[in-house]
Amino acid sequence: MRKVAIYGKGGIGKSTTTQTTVAGLAEMGRKVMVVGCDPKADSTRLLLGGLAQKSVLDTLREEGEDVELADIRKQSFGGSWSVESGGPEPGVGCAGRGIITSINMLESLGAYEESEGLDYAFYDVLGDVVCGGFAMPIRDGKAQEIYIVCSGEMMAMYAANNICKGIMKYAQSGGVRLGGLICNSRNVDNEKEMIEELARKLGTQMIYFVPRDNDVQRAEINRKTVIEWNPEAPQADEYRGLAQAIDDNEMFVIPTPLEIEELEQLLLDFGLMEA
Amino acid sequence: MLLRHTPKEISERKALMINPAKTCQPIGAMYAALGIKDCLPHSHGSQGCCAYHRSTLTRHYKEPISAATSSFTEGASVFGGQANLVQAIDNIFTVYEPKVVAVHTTCLSETIGDDLPQIFDKAKKDKKVPEGKTVLGAPTPSYVGSHVTGFSNMVKAMAAMAEQGEQKNGKINLIPGWVEPADMEEIKRLAGLVGAKINMFPDTSGVLDGPLTGKYKMFPDGGTSIEDIKASGGGIGTLALGEWCSADAARLLDTTCKVPCSVIDMPFGLKATDRFIDALRTIAGTSVPDEIAIERGKLVDMVSDMHQYLYGKKVALVGDPDQLIAMTEFLVSIDMSPVHIVTGTPGKKFEKRIKEITADMGREVNVKAAGDMFLLHQWIKNEPVDLIIGNTYCKYIARDEDLPFVRWGFPILDRQGHQHFPTVGYKGGLRLLEQILGVLLDRKDRDDPEEKFELVL
Repeated sequence: MRKVAIYGKGGIGKSTTTQTTVAGLAEMGRKVMVVGCDPKADSTRLLLGGLAQKSVLDTLREEGEDVELADIRKQSFGGSWSVESGGPEPGVGCAGRGIITSINMLESLGAYEESEGLDYAFYDVLGDVVCGGFAMPIRDGKAQEIYIVCSGEMMAMYAANNICKGIMKYAQSGGVRLGGLICNSRNVDNEKEMIEELARKLGTQMIYFVPRDNDVQRAEINRKTVIEWNPEAPQADEYRGLAQAIDDNEMFVIPTPLEIEELEQLLLDFGLMEA
Repeated sequence: MLLRHTPKEISERKALMINPAKTCQPIGAMYAALGIKDCLPHSHGSQGCCAYHRSTLTRHYKEPISAATSSFTEGASVFGGQANLVQAIDNIFTVYEPKVVAVHTTCLSETIGDDLPQIFDKAKKDKKVPEGKTVLGAPTPSYVGSHVTGFSNMVKAMAAMAEQGEQKNGKINLIPGWVEPADMEEIKRLAGLVGAKINMFPDTSGVLDGPLTGKYKMFPDGGTSIEDIKASGGGIGTLALGEWCSADAARLLDTTCKVPCSVIDMPFGLKATDRFIDALRTIAGTSVPDEIAIERGKLVDMVSDMHQYLYGKKVALVGDPDQLIAMTEFLVSIDMSPVHIVTGTPGKKFEKRIKEITADMGREVNVKAAGDMFLLHQWIKNEPVDLIIGNTYCKYIARDEDLPFVRWGFPILDRQGHQHFPTVGYKGGLRLLEQILGVLLDRKDRDDPEEKFELVL
């Protein structure tokens, strides 16, 4: 089983990208489990057709420790499994600990056992690796490959670089590797070239360039991934392409994060270039 | 009347524990780590944690407990405890020279997400772990489970050190669970009598029941060597005593090193000891020697001699799940009536097991996992008992309710003997019976009217 974690700046489209990619993988016949690691618990909405799931931590709070796998895991699009870690409401408690708790619980309940026949487990993690808890999915023995969703906007690239610092720390002692950057286009000038260059400097690859298309939003309004909503849409094929690229990927590296000056320069070089 | 505020009427409580029947995970982890030879336990957290855990163990065993701490400050909680732990490992191996450092975490280091394997790796790469020395670690946040969970986690960390040998070493791995040093000694003696070659870990005998020699030894002679722990991967089988204390480690050995395991109850009382001896005999392929049959016979003899004083006596019990399961079975088997049973450790399986064991008693029993001693006291107020068995904290209830009280379990802070006289096995059963009869008959002598006051009982 391949364990994959998706990181990236908040609002960049991690959850949408993850779910649609998972839909693509499921279409290819892969058995996938998605573990949403965002306290907002909205990482599986499109696969489940709505916010239809009780999170691991809510279940834990209400039912006590005698939780069963069936209580927290739901069958979703294309035979995939969806799990939401959940977490505290904004401003209280410790969301990081929530992630540690729920991943430990999934392990002890046997969600990753060979008998489950999983090809992939996807962790959809919120924003930056802000603290130890949010690094749980990349500890040794957890996710082995990371993909960072970014765009050509400065803050997204800045976040991607920061996440690479977290990965580097864990990669030095464990098996976690960076699998590539997924560019979720914001129609920035020279975006593709810039992200390819950023990827090169980080020692990795831009594994796929997902163009911007409002079909994604239309599908979201319908609580579906674009693959489910309109399988014929060109954008659905883009996500199929991403799923295929991840399925075929063999490039796994320890990233080499950039100094801030270098990152600024990159932006300057590409931003001023003729589109 | 120290607990006179305890009301008889029981109202439902969800968010409040009163007089908990459990303590911190690291206390169990520390106790388990002391069962490794030449090992210094290390608490990865703030200093106060370590001080509390050491002092609780010291109060129970009346021995000095050495343990180091990462001494977290505000800075360490913000930036992570890696720097402190790497420095600590360096200092410990340089200054105190143990062979093994067994690290357990605390609430704080768990919450900030410190990853022990990653920090150990860093320490090794920085050459802070000298050649031939071992560092192992267990996650032990106190907001999960109880001291029993902590013990189990550390024993599991030991099992994780096991190396799969090229060939089997012919030994049975015996995981004794959280029992007293004297119990560990007794388990070894029984295994020896049956003729089973065992590799037992952890083993606190010779560590926490040592003699006063006038010479301080930071690392006493007892304990299981790290080499033996590593060799457990080549065992012919694992016998784990107690589902809560030992099963995780045994199952890990099964998964990682393909050592088949069998999890049985802790050998307290007649039936559980029977099963223990039988399991030893089966795995070792030997037969039970007369010596053990005689010990058993003596226990059966005392039970039948004194049956009239035991029959129908109601007992309240509090303690840890594995111990309580075996004790409840023992009490039922000698026709006593354990009616209120509480453990602070969570686990619905406990309640189920107790209900199965007491099913033939012909009455409902009160049983609660993740309960507290306040509830036990309320139950006693509603249905008085003849005897209470539990740790030292029961003395408040015993005094308030004027109950005969046998100290058994952890911690025992105000009496002696528990570290030296086993309560496992048939001989241990005799000792338990001696204690139970002692307090029951003392009470009879105190309360009987003159015309019933007898010389011979």
